[in-house]
Amino acid sequence: MSSRERILGRVRRALADVPQDDPSYAEAVARDYLREHGDRSVAETVELLAENLADYRALVHRCGAGELPSMVARLLADRKAATVLVPPGLEESWLAETDVTRVPDRGESTAHELDRVDSVVTACAIAVAETGTIVLDGGPDQGRRRITLVPDHHICVVRVPDQVVSSVPQALERLDPRRPLTWISGPSATSDIELDRVEGVHGPRTLEVILVG
Amino acid sequence: MSGTFVGMPAFPEAAREAVGNPTLRGNLRHATHTIRAKRAKAVAELSDWAALREAGKRIKDHTLRQLDRYLVQLEESVTAAGGTVHWAADADEANRIVTRLVKETGESEVVKVKSMATQEIGLNEALEAEGIRAYETDLAELIVQLGDDRPSHILVPAIHRNRGEIRDIFRAEMSEWGRPAPEGLTDTPAELAEAARLHLREKFLRARVGISGANFMVAETGTLVVVESEGNGRMCLTLPETLISVVGIEKIVPTWRDLEVFLQTLPRSSTAERMNPYTSTWTGTTDGDGPRTFHLVLLDNGRTDTLADEVGRQALRCIRCSACLNVCPVYERAGGHAYGSVYPGPIGAILSPQLRGTQSEIDASLPYASSLCGACYEVCPVAIDIPEVLVHLRERIVEGGPVTREGNKVVLKPAKGHAAERAAMRAARWAFGRPGVLRTGQRLASRTRRFHPRTLPGPGKAWSGTRDLPAVPAEPFRDWWQRTRGTIGEGGAK
Ligand code: SF4
Repeated sequence: MSSRERILGRVRRALADVPQDDPSYAEAVARDYLREHGDRSVAETVELLAENLADYRALVHRCGAGELPSMVARLLADRKAATVLVPPGLEESWLAETDVTRVPDRGESTAHELDRVDSVVTACAIAVAETGTIVLDGGPDQGRRRITLVPDHHICVVRVPDQVVSSVPQALERLDPRRPLTWISGPSATSDIELDRVEGVHGPRTLEVILVG
Repeated sequence: MSGTFVGMPAFPEAAREAVGNPTLRGNLRHATHTIRAKRAKAVAELSDWAALREAGKRIKDHTLRQLDRYLVQLEESVTAAGGTVHWAADADEANRIVTRLVKETGESEVVKVKSMATQEIGLNEALEAEGIRAYETDLAELIVQLGDDRPSHILVPAIHRNRGEIRDIFRAEMSEWGRPAPEGLTDTPAELAEAARLHLREKFLRARVGISGANFMVAETGTLVVVESEGNGRMCLTLPETLISVVGIEKIVPTWRDLEVFLQTLPRSSTAERMNPYTSTWTGTTDGDGPRTFHLVLLDNGRTDTLADEVGRQALRCIRCSACLNVCPVYERAGGHAYGSVYPGPIGAILSPQLRGTQSEIDASLPYASSLCGACYEVCPVAIDIPEVLVHLRERIVEGGPVTREGNKVVLKPAKGHAAERAAMRAARWAFGRPGVLRTGQRLASRTRRFHPRTLPGPGKAWSGTRDLPAVPAEPFRDWWQRTRGTIGEGGAK
């Protein structure tokens, strides 16, 4: 007997007490929790996103669409970045005002090559206000998961209010589970040493979020 | 479970030793009290916490009651998404499968993201025996691994170590394993974290095989979910060419939507955050992004035996948030190691004896490692009635009865004249004989007060016949909690 059959057999015997007509999933699971917490205007939701991002030590910037290229250029210059990783589908204009050397997100680039890049600029799939989270789904303007992980500085652009949802339930509704997703709430952090929070153990130590719109 | 803990003294002895260690007690008290206060605040932000808790409980219960169906569905969806599913009935089989998969890649080292399932089966040791080096990459796990130590908390495995101890471990051991600690390393957390970053980055960048566990598996879509803070998880999940995930069969949820409950309750219950810094989800493999090969090893190792116990099966709802550890007066004093299992604290006291059976003294003593104060139940985000299961297991140990072991029904003999009984008696004596534990423990919920006998049942009768057990005070736990903490357990208790 294969282990598969053995385990499934054990599960079935263990559940001998469960009646045939045990309630179905829909009947068994109550969902009387909230779809979102609080009653906010669109502007207030964006404001909450900014607050919660900052509370988890992301650096938050806001600008209009026209100011984005200069904002990106300034943030890269402030970091003295010499190289920046660029996902294949990133909006051309975003980097129009910087002359930092661009490193394309290529399948064959090794982790060591990525480790030598200073910064990465990406868009996002959505952002969740109540938790201060940005979600990347590997779309063309976000690139493969590794590019937002290995460099020490990540600039993420969120289009507000279109890409902002209030809550985790609303976020899951809008995401496609078949894509690999990365939910990011603040920079990498650890509290493993006497519960003192330290930013940046393995992921980027600096996360800058630009809310555009 | 792993042989790591064979030869561990039973809980009372181990606890006695721990209670006598002032550094350990200080580290623990600081840590548990800090998390506890922060958690209450994070939970209070969600006005629907009680409803989320109820939904989490129901989702998990429903899944467990139809586990065979969901396991088959999960297998189909993972396979359809490009993954390969393996089934492991016990620790040995899981270790054999993983060892074979690693060997097939031709590699002799792997990077690991913290996983209780792989600790439970002793995977690192099994790999080591086959000449494969497994590097733990979570900062706390690194501290534990370098210190040749065992984890003592679900979430903060090195909770028992302070910064000075960590610096000493890094200075002494890092060079043995790879990049040495920087010259003049001090004990500031930032410097220690930086030392770990440099040490581990070297390993991540060359790693070709990653091993993980998972917090959740979605039957409907075949998606796996890993919740973490540091980014070492993301490193292990995306940089290697081959990813092997070892996951207990109870970690299933039926649908993608179900995650909306747990992604709200887990971070707030565990690290007291609105959301943990990183959550990764993946469904099979993705062309051009992340590992090209994905293996899922579904682990039984006592879980189906646990499932067979109608009272005890609720322990399988556990999402390993560790909230119950942080409120437990016994854990706070005894520390995680005293439990002699990878699952410490209240959840360990009900899960380990079910997964492993109660033949050993340590396992037979675990259901007694509690004062039944009820705090663990109040905080549990999936409403596991830990006191109920503890009492059920105590009865089982003392009175015997039918249990399932390795899929077979067996009848457990009453513990008369048995090592388990002696362990139980010693544990009772230990708890009742310690004013500190007792002071907290005596404030019992009125509903559990009836389980605290004047005389001990079964074989304990003779023992308690000549000794007085302390009387249980009339004030129920909830009143005490309100009086001393100023707030009722926010978990929406029944
Ligand atoms: S038993 Fe409940 S509180 Fe304890 S770790 Fe599991 S889910 Fe968390």
